[in-house]
Amino acid sequence: MTSPDRLLDPEALWPPLEERATPEGIAWLRESIDEIAADPTAIRTRFPMAGRKVGREPLDPDADPEDVHAWTIDDAARTLMLAALGDRVTDELDELYRFGDGAERRGLLRALPYLPLGDRALDLTDDAIRTNDTRLLAAALGPYATAHLDDAGYAQAVLKCVFSGVPIAPLDGIPERVTPDGSRMLAAFVHERIAAGRDVPAEVWIVIDRHPPQDELRAIESELESPFNDRRRAAERALAGRAAGDGDASKARTQATN
Amino acid sequence: MRIFDPHAHMTSRTTDDYEAMAASGVKALVEPAFWLGQPRTSVGSFVDYFNSLLGWERFRAAQFGIRHHCTIGLNPKEANDDELRRGVLEILPRFLAKDGVVAVGEVGFDAMTAAEEEALVAQLEMAHEHDLPVLVHTPHRDKAAGTKRTIELVAASSIDPERVLIDHNNELTVAEVKESGCWAGFSIYPNTKMDEHRLVRVLEEHGTDKMIVNSACDWGISDPLKVAKSAAAMRSAGFDDNEIDKVVWRNPVELFAQSGRLILDELGERDLAATFEGNTLLRGERA
Repeated sequence: MTSPDRLLDPEALWPPLEERATPEGIAWLRESIDEIAADPTAIRTRFPMAGRKVGREPLDPDADPEDVHAWTIDDAARTLMLAALGDRVTDELDELYRFGDGAERRGLLRALPYLPLGDRALDLTDDAIRTNDTRLLAAALGPYATAHLDDAGYAQAVLKCVFSGVPIAPLDGIPERVTPDGSRMLAAFVHERIAAGRDVPAEVWIVIDRHPPQDELRAIESELESPFNDRRRAAERALAGRAAGDGDASKARTQATN
Repeated sequence: MRIFDPHAHMTSRTTDDYEAMAASGVKALVEPAFWLGQPRTSVGSFVDYFNSLLGWERFRAAQFGIRHHCTIGLNPKEANDDELRRGVLEILPRFLAKDGVVAVGEVGFDAMTAAEEEALVAQLEMAHEHDLPVLVHTPHRDKAAGTKRTIELVAASSIDPERVLIDHNNELTVAEVKESGCWAGFSIYPNTKMDEHRLVRVLEEHGTDKMIVNSACDWGISDPLKVAKSAAAMRSAGFDDNEIDKVVWRNPVELFAQSGRLILDELGERDLAATFEGNTLLRGERA
Protein backbone atom coordinates (compact mmCIF):
# COMPACT_ATOMS: atom_id res chain seq x y z
CA MET A 1 0.00 0.00 0.00
CA THR A 2 2.95 2.31 0.43
CA SER A 3 4.54 1.32 -2.87
CA PRO A 4 4.91 4.10 -5.45
CA ASP A 5 1.85 4.75 -7.58
CA ARG A 6 1.41 2.55 -10.58
CA LEU A 7 -0.83 4.80 -12.59
CA LEU A 8 -3.33 3.59 -15.13
CA ASP A 9 -2.84 5.01 -18.61
CA PRO A 10 -5.56 7.50 -19.61
CA GLU A 11 -4.68 7.04 -23.30
CA ALA A 12 -6.42 3.66 -23.10
CA LEU A 13 -9.73 5.51 -22.71
CA TRP A 14 -9.56 7.12 -26.16
CA PRO A 15 -10.46 4.12 -28.36
CA PRO A 16 -13.74 3.24 -26.57
CA LEU A 17 -14.57 6.92 -26.27
CA GLU A 18 -14.02 7.56 -29.98
CA GLU A 19 -16.26 4.63 -30.72
CA ARG A 20 -19.11 5.90 -28.53
CA ALA A 21 -19.09 9.72 -28.65
CA THR A 22 -20.04 11.90 -31.61
CA PRO A 23 -17.25 13.55 -33.66
CA GLU A 24 -18.44 16.92 -32.28
CA GLY A 25 -18.17 15.57 -28.73
CA ILE A 26 -14.64 14.30 -29.36
CA ALA A 27 -13.64 17.60 -30.97
CA TRP A 28 -14.99 19.49 -27.97
CA LEU A 29 -13.07 17.20 -25.61
CA ARG A 30 -9.77 17.63 -27.50
CA GLU A 31 -10.23 21.39 -27.52
CA SER A 32 -10.97 21.29 -23.76
CA ILE A 33 -7.88 19.23 -23.05
CA ASP A 34 -5.67 21.66 -25.00
CA GLU A 35 -7.18 24.57 -23.13
CA ILE A 36 -6.76 22.88 -19.74
CA ALA A 37 -3.15 21.98 -20.50
CA ALA A 38 -2.48 25.66 -21.25
CA ASP A 39 -4.57 27.05 -18.38
CA PRO A 40 -5.48 24.66 -15.53
CA THR A 41 -8.31 26.90 -14.31
CA ALA A 42 -10.18 26.22 -17.57
CA ILE A 43 -11.18 22.86 -16.08
CA ARG A 44 -13.55 24.66 -13.68
CA THR A 45 -16.03 25.42 -16.45
CA ARG A 46 -15.17 22.53 -18.81
CA PHE A 47 -15.56 19.77 -16.22
CA PRO A 48 -19.28 20.37 -15.52
CA MET A 49 -20.10 20.49 -19.25
CA ALA A 50 -18.76 17.03 -20.14
CA GLY A 51 -22.12 15.25 -19.87
CA ARG A 52 -24.04 17.46 -22.23
CA LYS A 53 -21.12 17.94 -24.66
CA VAL A 54 -19.71 14.42 -24.92
CA GLY A 55 -22.46 12.11 -23.61
CA ARG A 56 -23.80 10.34 -20.55
CA GLU A 57 -24.47 6.81 -21.79
CA PRO A 58 -22.44 3.78 -20.67
CA LEU A 59 -18.97 3.70 -22.25
CA ASP A 60 -19.47 0.02 -23.00
CA PRO A 61 -22.48 -0.17 -25.35
CA ASP A 62 -23.42 -3.57 -23.88
CA ALA A 63 -23.39 -2.36 -20.28
CA ASP A 64 -26.62 -1.98 -18.33
CA PRO A 65 -27.23 1.76 -17.73
CA GLU A 66 -28.40 0.83 -14.22
CA ASP A 67 -25.08 -0.90 -13.41
CA VAL A 68 -23.43 1.31 -10.80
CA HIS A 69 -20.02 -0.05 -11.81
CA ALA A 70 -20.33 0.75 -15.51
CA TRP A 71 -18.18 3.65 -16.69
CA THR A 72 -20.02 6.33 -18.62
CA ILE A 73 -18.85 8.41 -21.55
CA ASP A 74 -18.60 11.50 -19.35
CA ASP A 75 -16.55 9.59 -16.76
CA ALA A 76 -13.95 8.87 -19.45
CA ALA A 77 -14.06 12.45 -20.75
CA ARG A 78 -13.57 13.85 -17.25
CA THR A 79 -10.70 11.45 -16.56
CA LEU A 80 -8.91 12.70 -19.69
CA MET A 81 -9.48 16.32 -18.64
CA LEU A 82 -8.02 15.68 -15.19
CA ALA A 83 -5.07 13.80 -16.68
CA ALA A 84 -4.39 16.86 -18.85
CA LEU A 85 -3.65 18.83 -15.66
CA GLY A 86 -0.53 16.71 -15.08
CA ASP A 87 1.21 17.56 -11.81
CA ARG A 88 -1.05 20.56 -11.32
CA VAL A 89 -4.04 18.30 -10.68
CA THR A 90 -3.74 18.82 -6.91
CA ASP A 91 -4.41 22.56 -7.34
CA GLU A 92 -7.88 21.91 -8.75
CA LEU A 93 -9.02 18.51 -7.49
CA ASP A 94 -10.51 19.39 -4.09
CA GLU A 95 -12.53 22.33 -5.43
CA LEU A 96 -13.82 20.30 -8.37
CA TYR A 97 -15.10 17.72 -5.92
CA ARG A 98 -16.47 20.34 -3.52
CA PHE A 99 -18.45 22.07 -6.27
CA GLY A 100 -19.18 18.93 -8.27
CA ASP A 101 -22.62 17.47 -8.91
CA GLY A 102 -23.23 13.72 -8.65
CA ALA A 103 -21.88 12.97 -12.13
CA GLU A 104 -18.81 15.18 -11.73
CA ARG A 105 -17.92 13.58 -8.41
CA ARG A 106 -18.38 10.12 -9.90
CA GLY A 107 -16.10 10.95 -12.84
CA LEU A 108 -13.50 12.45 -10.53
CA LEU A 109 -13.45 9.40 -8.26
CA ARG A 110 -13.09 7.08 -11.25
CA ALA A 111 -10.17 9.20 -12.51
CA LEU A 112 -8.10 8.92 -9.31
CA PRO A 113 -6.00 5.86 -10.29
CA TYR A 114 -4.97 7.71 -13.48
CA LEU A 115 -3.58 10.73 -11.61
CA PRO A 116 -0.26 11.40 -9.84
CA LEU A 117 -1.77 11.94 -6.40
CA GLY A 118 -0.23 9.48 -3.97
CA ASP A 119 -2.58 9.28 -1.01
CA ARG A 120 -3.58 12.96 -1.26
CA ALA A 121 -7.11 12.19 -2.49
CA LEU A 122 -8.02 9.90 0.41
CA ASP A 123 -10.24 12.61 1.95
CA LEU A 124 -12.33 12.52 -1.22
CA THR A 125 -12.76 8.74 -1.31
CA ASP A 126 -13.57 8.83 2.42
CA ASP A 127 -16.25 11.46 1.77
CA ALA A 128 -17.75 9.45 -1.09
CA ILE A 129 -17.81 6.27 0.99
CA ARG A 130 -19.71 8.16 3.71
CA THR A 131 -22.50 9.11 1.29
CA ASN A 132 -25.51 6.93 0.57
CA ASP A 133 -25.30 7.53 -3.17
CA THR A 134 -24.59 4.08 -4.60
CA ARG A 135 -22.86 5.39 -7.74
CA LEU A 136 -20.42 7.44 -5.68
CA LEU A 137 -19.80 4.52 -3.36
CA ALA A 138 -19.05 2.24 -6.33
CA ALA A 139 -16.83 4.84 -8.03
CA ALA A 140 -14.86 5.45 -4.82
CA LEU A 141 -13.90 1.78 -4.55
CA GLY A 142 -11.82 1.49 -7.70
CA PRO A 143 -8.08 0.80 -7.96
CA TYR A 144 -7.26 3.98 -6.02
CA ALA A 145 -9.08 2.65 -2.96
CA THR A 146 -7.46 -0.76 -3.44
CA ALA A 147 -4.06 0.89 -3.28
CA HIS A 148 -4.65 3.45 -0.54
CA LEU A 149 -7.47 2.60 1.87
CA ASP A 150 -6.37 1.00 5.11
CA ASP A 151 -7.67 -2.48 5.98
CA ALA A 152 -10.38 -1.32 8.38
CA GLY A 153 -11.60 1.32 5.94
CA TYR A 154 -11.69 -1.14 3.08
CA ALA A 155 -13.60 -3.76 5.08
CA GLN A 156 -16.17 -1.19 6.24
CA ALA A 157 -16.64 0.05 2.68
CA VAL A 158 -17.27 -3.48 1.38
CA LEU A 159 -19.81 -4.06 4.14
CA LYS A 160 -21.50 -0.77 3.26
CA CYS A 161 -21.71 -1.87 -0.38
CA VAL A 162 -23.55 -5.06 0.55
CA PHE A 163 -25.76 -3.09 2.92
CA SER A 164 -26.70 -0.55 0.24
CA GLY A 165 -27.01 -2.95 -2.69
CA VAL A 166 -23.78 -2.20 -4.57
CA PRO A 167 -22.47 -5.44 -6.14
CA ILE A 168 -19.09 -6.29 -4.59
CA ALA A 169 -17.77 -8.95 -6.99
CA PRO A 170 -16.74 -6.29 -9.56
CA LEU A 171 -14.80 -4.24 -6.98
CA ASP A 172 -11.16 -3.89 -7.91
CA GLY A 173 -9.87 -5.06 -4.52
CA ILE A 174 -12.06 -8.17 -4.25
CA PRO A 175 -10.91 -10.69 -3.16
CA GLU A 176 -7.28 -9.56 -2.71
CA ARG A 177 -8.01 -6.86 -0.14
CA VAL A 178 -10.24 -9.04 2.04
CA THR A 179 -8.84 -9.48 5.56
CA PRO A 180 -9.94 -11.98 8.22
CA ASP A 181 -11.80 -9.15 9.92
CA GLY A 182 -13.55 -8.27 6.65
CA SER A 183 -14.68 -11.88 6.24
CA ARG A 184 -15.90 -11.96 9.84
CA MET A 185 -17.87 -8.71 9.60
CA LEU A 186 -19.65 -9.79 6.45
CA ALA A 187 -20.47 -13.22 7.89
CA ALA A 188 -21.93 -11.54 10.99
CA PHE A 189 -24.00 -9.33 8.70
CA VAL A 190 -25.25 -12.38 6.79
CA HIS A 191 -26.30 -13.97 10.08
CA GLU A 192 -28.15 -10.79 11.02
CA ARG A 193 -30.02 -10.82 7.70
CA ILE A 194 -30.93 -14.51 8.05
CA ALA A 195 -32.23 -13.91 11.58
CA ALA A 196 -34.50 -11.26 10.03
CA GLY A 197 -35.67 -13.75 7.39
CA ARG A 198 -34.02 -11.67 4.65
CA ASP A 199 -31.81 -12.50 1.68
CA VAL A 200 -28.20 -11.73 0.85
CA PRO A 201 -26.53 -11.74 -2.57
CA ALA A 202 -24.57 -14.95 -3.27
CA GLU A 203 -21.43 -12.89 -3.91
CA VAL A 204 -20.98 -12.35 -0.15
CA TRP A 205 -19.32 -15.79 -0.04
CA ILE A 206 -16.41 -14.54 -2.14
CA VAL A 207 -15.51 -12.35 0.83
CA ILE A 208 -16.58 -14.66 3.66
CA ASP A 209 -14.78 -17.73 2.28
CA ARG A 210 -11.54 -15.83 1.76
CA HIS A 211 -10.91 -16.30 5.49
CA PRO A 212 -13.76 -18.52 6.75
CA PRO A 213 -14.77 -17.27 10.23
CA GLN A 214 -15.68 -20.39 12.18
CA ASP A 215 -17.89 -18.86 14.88
CA GLU A 216 -20.00 -16.84 12.49
CA LEU A 217 -20.34 -19.75 10.04
CA ARG A 218 -21.52 -22.00 12.84
CA ALA A 219 -24.06 -19.37 13.83
CA ILE A 220 -25.32 -19.17 10.24
CA GLU A 221 -25.57 -22.96 9.94
CA SER A 222 -27.44 -23.20 13.25
CA GLU A 223 -30.19 -21.08 11.65
CA LEU A 224 -31.03 -24.17 9.58
CA GLU A 225 -32.45 -25.57 12.84
CA SER A 226 -34.29 -22.40 13.80
CA PRO A 227 -37.81 -22.91 15.22
CA PHE A 228 -38.91 -20.11 12.88
CA ASN A 229 -39.77 -21.07 9.34
CA ASP A 230 -38.67 -17.77 7.76
CA ARG A 231 -35.25 -17.97 9.39
CA ARG A 232 -34.73 -21.59 8.31
CA ARG A 233 -35.71 -20.73 4.76
CA ALA A 234 -33.46 -17.65 4.73
CA ALA A 235 -30.53 -19.77 5.94
CA GLU A 236 -31.20 -22.37 3.25
CA ARG A 237 -31.28 -19.73 0.55
CA ALA A 238 -28.11 -18.03 1.80
CA LEU A 239 -26.17 -21.31 2.06
CA ALA A 240 -27.45 -22.44 -1.34
CA GLY A 241 -25.74 -19.33 -2.73
CA ARG A 242 -22.53 -20.50 -1.09
CA ALA A 243 -22.75 -23.97 -2.63
CA ALA A 244 -23.51 -22.53 -6.08
CA GLY A 245 -20.39 -20.38 -5.96
CA ASP A 246 -18.05 -23.30 -5.09
CA GLY A 247 -15.22 -23.79 -7.53
CA ASP A 248 -16.30 -20.74 -9.44
CA ALA A 249 -14.31 -17.54 -9.26
CA SER A 250 -17.60 -15.73 -9.99
CA LYS A 251 -15.76 -12.50 -10.29
CA ALA A 252 -17.83 -10.82 -12.91
CA ARG A 253 -15.96 -7.62 -13.57
CA THR A 254 -17.58 -5.17 -15.89
CA GLN A 255 -15.57 -4.70 -19.04
CA ALA A 256 -15.26 -0.97 -18.57
CA THR A 257 -13.31 -1.29 -15.34
CA ASN A 258 -10.64 -3.39 -16.98
CA MET B 1 -51.01 10.80 -17.75
CA ARG B 2 -47.51 12.25 -17.65
CA ILE B 3 -46.74 15.07 -15.25
CA PHE B 4 -43.84 17.50 -15.07
CA ASP B 5 -43.97 19.31 -11.72
CA PRO B 6 -41.99 22.49 -12.39
CA HIS B 7 -41.74 23.56 -8.75
CA ALA B 8 -41.29 21.08 -5.90
CA HIS B 9 -38.95 21.48 -2.90
CA MET B 10 -38.21 17.77 -2.56
CA THR B 11 -35.40 18.30 -0.04
CA SER B 12 -38.22 18.82 2.48
CA ARG B 13 -40.25 15.78 1.41
CA THR B 14 -40.15 12.09 2.21
CA THR B 15 -39.69 9.00 0.07
CA ASP B 16 -43.42 8.34 0.56
CA ASP B 17 -44.02 11.58 -1.32
CA TYR B 18 -41.73 10.51 -4.17
CA GLU B 19 -43.55 7.19 -4.36
CA ALA B 20 -46.99 8.85 -4.42
CA MET B 21 -45.86 11.44 -6.98
CA ALA B 22 -44.52 8.73 -9.30
CA ALA B 23 -47.80 6.82 -8.93
CA SER B 24 -49.75 9.99 -9.81
CA GLY B 25 -47.83 10.31 -13.09
CA VAL B 26 -44.89 12.57 -12.19
CA LYS B 27 -41.97 11.61 -14.44
CA ALA B 28 -39.87 14.72 -14.07
CA LEU B 29 -39.69 17.72 -11.79
CA VAL B 30 -37.75 20.89 -11.08
CA GLU B 31 -36.63 21.75 -7.57
CA PRO B 32 -35.98 25.47 -7.29
CA ALA B 33 -33.37 26.65 -4.81
CA PHE B 34 -35.16 28.65 -2.13
CA TRP B 35 -34.88 29.35 1.58
CA LEU B 36 -35.35 26.61 4.16
CA GLY B 37 -37.75 28.26 6.59
CA GLN B 38 -34.83 29.16 8.83
CA PRO B 39 -32.31 31.75 7.62
CA ARG B 40 -28.82 30.52 6.75
CA THR B 41 -25.89 32.44 8.12
CA SER B 42 -22.99 31.45 5.89
CA VAL B 43 -22.19 31.00 2.21
CA GLY B 44 -21.00 27.47 2.97
CA SER B 45 -24.56 26.49 3.86
CA PHE B 46 -25.62 27.54 0.36
CA VAL B 47 -22.81 25.53 -1.23
CA ASP B 48 -23.92 22.41 0.64
CA TYR B 49 -27.56 23.08 -0.25
CA PHE B 50 -26.81 23.58 -3.95
CA ASN B 51 -24.69 20.42 -3.92
CA SER B 52 -27.50 18.43 -2.40
CA LEU B 53 -29.88 19.69 -5.13
CA LEU B 54 -27.36 18.58 -7.77
CA GLY B 55 -26.38 15.28 -6.24
CA TRP B 56 -28.27 13.66 -3.41
CA GLU B 57 -31.75 14.83 -4.34
CA ARG B 58 -31.24 13.76 -7.96
CA PHE B 59 -30.22 10.33 -6.70
CA ARG B 60 -33.24 10.07 -4.38
CA ALA B 61 -35.65 11.02 -7.17
CA ALA B 62 -34.08 8.53 -9.57
CA GLN B 63 -34.85 5.71 -7.16
CA PHE B 64 -38.52 6.37 -7.90
CA GLY B 65 -38.06 6.78 -11.63
CA ILE B 66 -38.36 10.58 -11.47
CA ARG B 67 -35.97 12.89 -13.32
CA HIS B 68 -34.85 15.63 -10.95
CA HIS B 69 -33.69 18.99 -12.25
CA CYS B 70 -33.09 22.15 -10.28
CA THR B 71 -32.85 25.90 -10.49
CA ILE B 72 -30.01 27.68 -8.72
CA GLY B 73 -30.21 31.18 -7.34
CA LEU B 74 -30.30 33.47 -4.32
CA ASN B 75 -33.83 33.82 -2.96
CA PRO B 76 -35.18 37.28 -2.03
CA LYS B 77 -35.51 36.66 1.71
CA GLU B 78 -31.85 35.83 2.20
CA ALA B 79 -30.76 38.45 -0.36
CA ASN B 80 -31.44 40.95 2.42
CA ASP B 81 -28.38 39.71 4.34
CA ASP B 82 -25.59 41.86 2.84
CA GLU B 83 -22.80 39.39 3.44
CA LEU B 84 -24.77 36.46 2.04
CA ARG B 85 -25.91 38.46 -0.98
CA ARG B 86 -22.33 39.28 -1.97
CA GLY B 87 -20.98 35.82 -1.17
CA VAL B 88 -23.71 33.79 -2.83
CA LEU B 89 -23.80 35.92 -6.00
CA GLU B 90 -20.05 35.31 -6.26
CA ILE B 91 -20.31 31.49 -6.22
CA LEU B 92 -23.43 31.23 -8.41
CA PRO B 93 -21.62 31.10 -11.80
CA ARG B 94 -19.88 27.90 -10.76
CA PHE B 95 -23.26 26.24 -10.22
CA LEU B 96 -25.03 27.78 -13.20
CA ALA B 97 -22.72 25.79 -15.49
CA LYS B 98 -24.03 22.43 -14.22
CA ASP B 99 -26.02 19.80 -16.05
CA GLY B 100 -29.63 19.59 -14.91
CA VAL B 101 -29.64 23.25 -13.85
CA VAL B 102 -32.54 24.40 -16.01
CA ALA B 103 -33.03 27.97 -14.79
CA VAL B 104 -31.84 30.69 -12.43
CA GLY B 105 -34.18 30.86 -9.46
CA GLU B 106 -36.08 31.35 -7.31
CA VAL B 107 -35.30 35.03 -7.57
CA GLY B 108 -37.68 37.96 -7.08
CA PHE B 109 -39.22 40.02 -4.33
CA ASP B 110 -40.27 39.24 -0.78
CA ALA B 111 -40.51 42.60 1.03
CA MET B 112 -39.68 44.81 -1.97
CA THR B 113 -36.34 46.07 -0.58
CA ALA B 114 -33.44 47.64 -2.47
CA ALA B 115 -31.29 44.61 -1.62
CA GLU B 116 -33.85 42.25 -3.16
CA GLU B 117 -33.97 44.36 -6.31
CA GLU B 118 -30.17 44.39 -6.56
CA ALA B 119 -30.04 40.59 -6.30
CA LEU B 120 -32.86 40.16 -8.82
CA VAL B 121 -31.28 42.45 -11.41
CA ALA B 122 -27.87 40.81 -11.01
CA GLN B 123 -29.37 37.34 -11.43
CA LEU B 124 -31.41 38.29 -14.51
CA GLU B 125 -28.09 39.24 -16.12
CA MET B 126 -26.45 35.99 -14.96
CA ALA B 127 -29.29 34.06 -16.57
CA HIS B 128 -28.65 35.88 -19.83
CA GLU B 129 -24.90 35.12 -19.62
CA HIS B 130 -25.48 31.42 -18.91
CA ASP B 131 -28.23 31.12 -21.50
CA LEU B 132 -30.76 30.01 -18.86
CA PRO B 133 -34.45 30.72 -18.23
CA VAL B 134 -35.45 32.41 -14.97
CA LEU B 135 -37.94 31.32 -12.31
CA VAL B 136 -39.31 34.35 -10.48
CA HIS B 137 -41.03 34.13 -7.11
CA THR B 138 -43.67 36.78 -6.46
CA PRO B 139 -44.31 38.07 -2.95
CA HIS B 140 -47.12 36.83 -0.76
CA ARG B 141 -47.74 40.36 0.53
CA ASP B 142 -48.36 43.26 -1.85
CA LYS B 143 -48.32 40.69 -4.67
CA ALA B 144 -49.72 42.93 -7.39
CA ALA B 145 -47.08 45.63 -6.86
CA GLY B 146 -44.29 43.04 -6.63
CA THR B 147 -45.41 41.36 -9.83
CA LYS B 148 -45.64 44.70 -11.65
CA ARG B 149 -42.11 45.71 -10.58
CA THR B 150 -40.80 42.26 -11.58
CA ILE B 151 -42.23 42.69 -15.07
CA GLU B 152 -40.63 46.15 -15.38
CA LEU B 153 -37.23 44.77 -14.39
CA VAL B 154 -37.50 41.86 -16.83
CA ALA B 155 -38.38 44.31 -19.60
CA ALA B 156 -35.35 46.46 -18.72
CA SER B 157 -32.98 43.45 -18.63
CA SER B 158 -31.20 41.59 -21.45
CA ILE B 159 -33.39 38.54 -20.99
CA ASP B 160 -36.20 37.54 -23.34
CA PRO B 161 -39.59 37.39 -21.50
CA GLU B 162 -40.18 34.08 -23.34
CA ARG B 163 -37.56 32.63 -21.00
CA VAL B 164 -39.08 33.96 -17.78
CA LEU B 165 -41.57 32.11 -15.57
CA ILE B 166 -43.34 34.36 -13.08
CA ASP B 167 -44.71 32.12 -10.37
CA HIS B 168 -47.40 32.08 -7.67
CA ASN B 169 -49.96 33.98 -9.74
CA ASN B 170 -53.56 34.55 -8.73
CA GLU B 171 -56.71 35.91 -10.36
CA LEU B 172 -55.44 39.48 -10.12
CA THR B 173 -51.93 39.07 -11.57
CA VAL B 174 -52.41 36.66 -14.46
CA ALA B 175 -53.54 39.13 -17.13
CA GLU B 176 -50.56 41.41 -16.66
CA VAL B 177 -48.07 38.53 -16.63
CA LYS B 178 -49.46 37.06 -19.85
CA GLU B 179 -49.40 40.46 -21.51
CA SER B 180 -45.70 40.80 -20.62
CA GLY B 181 -44.80 37.74 -22.69
CA CYS B 182 -43.60 35.84 -19.59
CA TRP B 183 -44.94 32.41 -18.59
CA ALA B 184 -47.49 32.33 -15.78
CA GLY B 185 -47.06 29.81 -12.96
CA PHE B 186 -49.72 28.74 -10.47
CA SER B 187 -48.80 27.12 -7.16
CA ILE B 188 -51.71 25.00 -6.05
CA TYR B 189 -51.87 24.87 -2.28
CA PRO B 190 -54.26 23.19 0.17
CA ASN B 191 -55.59 26.46 1.66
CA THR B 192 -53.81 29.54 0.45
CA LYS B 193 -52.14 30.71 -2.77
CA MET B 194 -54.46 29.08 -5.30
CA ASP B 195 -56.54 25.90 -5.38
CA GLU B 196 -57.30 23.61 -8.31
CA HIS B 197 -60.88 24.83 -8.75
CA ARG B 198 -59.82 28.47 -8.91
CA LEU B 199 -57.10 27.38 -11.35
CA VAL B 200 -59.72 25.84 -13.62
CA ARG B 201 -61.64 29.14 -13.67
CA VAL B 202 -58.42 31.02 -14.53
CA LEU B 203 -57.67 28.57 -17.38
CA GLU B 204 -61.23 28.90 -18.68
CA GLU B 205 -60.88 32.67 -18.72
CA HIS B 206 -57.27 33.04 -19.92
CA GLY B 207 -56.63 29.87 -21.92
CA THR B 208 -53.82 27.33 -21.55
CA ASP B 209 -51.06 29.06 -23.51
CA LYS B 210 -47.93 29.64 -21.39
CA MET B 211 -49.77 28.50 -18.27
CA ILE B 212 -47.87 26.30 -15.84
CA VAL B 213 -49.11 24.45 -12.77
CA ASN B 214 -47.01 23.30 -9.82
CA SER B 215 -47.38 21.91 -6.32
CA ALA B 216 -44.63 24.11 -4.82
CA CYS B 217 -44.59 21.47 -2.09
CA ASP B 218 -42.10 22.31 0.62
CA TRP B 219 -41.70 22.21 4.42
CA GLY B 220 -44.99 24.04 4.98
CA ILE B 221 -48.56 22.80 4.59
CA SER B 222 -48.55 21.71 0.98
CA ASP B 223 -49.46 18.73 -1.18
CA PRO B 224 -47.07 17.09 -3.68
CA LEU B 225 -50.05 15.63 -5.58
CA LYS B 226 -51.60 18.99 -6.44
CA VAL B 227 -50.59 18.84 -10.11
CA ALA B 228 -52.40 15.51 -10.51
CA LYS B 229 -55.38 16.97 -8.63
CA SER B 230 -55.35 20.01 -10.93
CA ALA B 231 -55.42 17.72 -13.95
CA ALA B 232 -58.40 15.89 -12.43
CA ALA B 233 -60.18 19.21 -11.83
CA MET B 234 -59.50 20.22 -15.45
CA ARG B 235 -60.95 16.93 -16.64
CA SER B 236 -64.11 17.37 -14.52
CA ALA B 237 -64.53 20.85 -16.01
CA GLY B 238 -64.42 19.42 -19.54
CA PHE B 239 -60.81 20.05 -20.65
CA ASP B 240 -59.65 17.26 -22.99
CA ASP B 241 -56.51 15.11 -22.63
CA ASN B 242 -54.58 17.23 -25.06
CA GLU B 243 -55.21 20.46 -23.12
CA ILE B 244 -54.37 18.75 -19.84
CA ASP B 245 -51.14 17.32 -21.26
CA LYS B 246 -50.24 20.77 -22.53
CA VAL B 247 -50.59 22.32 -19.06
CA VAL B 248 -49.05 19.55 -16.92
CA TRP B 249 -46.31 18.42 -19.33
CA ARG B 250 -45.67 20.22 -22.61
CA ASN B 251 -45.72 23.78 -21.29
CA PRO B 252 -43.13 23.31 -18.54
CA VAL B 253 -41.00 21.12 -20.84
CA GLU B 254 -41.04 23.81 -23.52
CA LEU B 255 -40.05 26.51 -21.04
CA PHE B 256 -37.19 24.60 -19.41
CA ALA B 257 -36.00 22.98 -22.65
CA GLN B 258 -34.77 26.46 -23.55
CA SER B 259 -31.91 25.75 -21.14
CA GLY B 260 -30.74 22.89 -23.38
CA ARG B 261 -30.21 20.96 -20.13
CA LEU B 262 -33.38 19.02 -19.51
CA ILE B 263 -32.62 15.33 -19.18
CA LEU B 264 -35.72 13.47 -20.32
CA ASP B 265 -34.14 10.80 -22.52
CA GLU B 266 -34.73 7.14 -21.68
CA LEU B 267 -38.12 8.07 -20.23
CA GLY B 268 -39.84 6.37 -23.13
CA GLU B 269 -41.45 9.69 -24.09
CA ARG B 270 -40.78 9.38 -27.78
CA ASP B 271 -43.26 12.04 -28.83
CA LEU B 272 -41.13 14.65 -27.12
CA ALA B 273 -38.72 14.43 -29.97
CA ALA B 274 -41.47 15.28 -32.42
CA THR B 275 -42.57 18.21 -30.31
CA PHE B 276 -39.12 19.68 -29.89
CA GLU B 277 -37.31 18.89 -33.11
CA GLY B 278 -35.19 16.00 -31.98
CA ASN B 279 -34.13 15.03 -28.50
CA THR B 280 -30.76 16.72 -28.81
CA LEU B 281 -32.73 19.68 -27.53
CA LEU B 282 -33.67 17.72 -24.45
CA ARG B 283 -30.51 15.85 -23.69
CA GLY B 284 -27.82 18.26 -24.66
CA GLU B 285 -27.10 21.38 -26.57
CA ARG B 286 -29.69 23.43 -28.29
CA ALA B 287 -29.44 23.16 -32.05
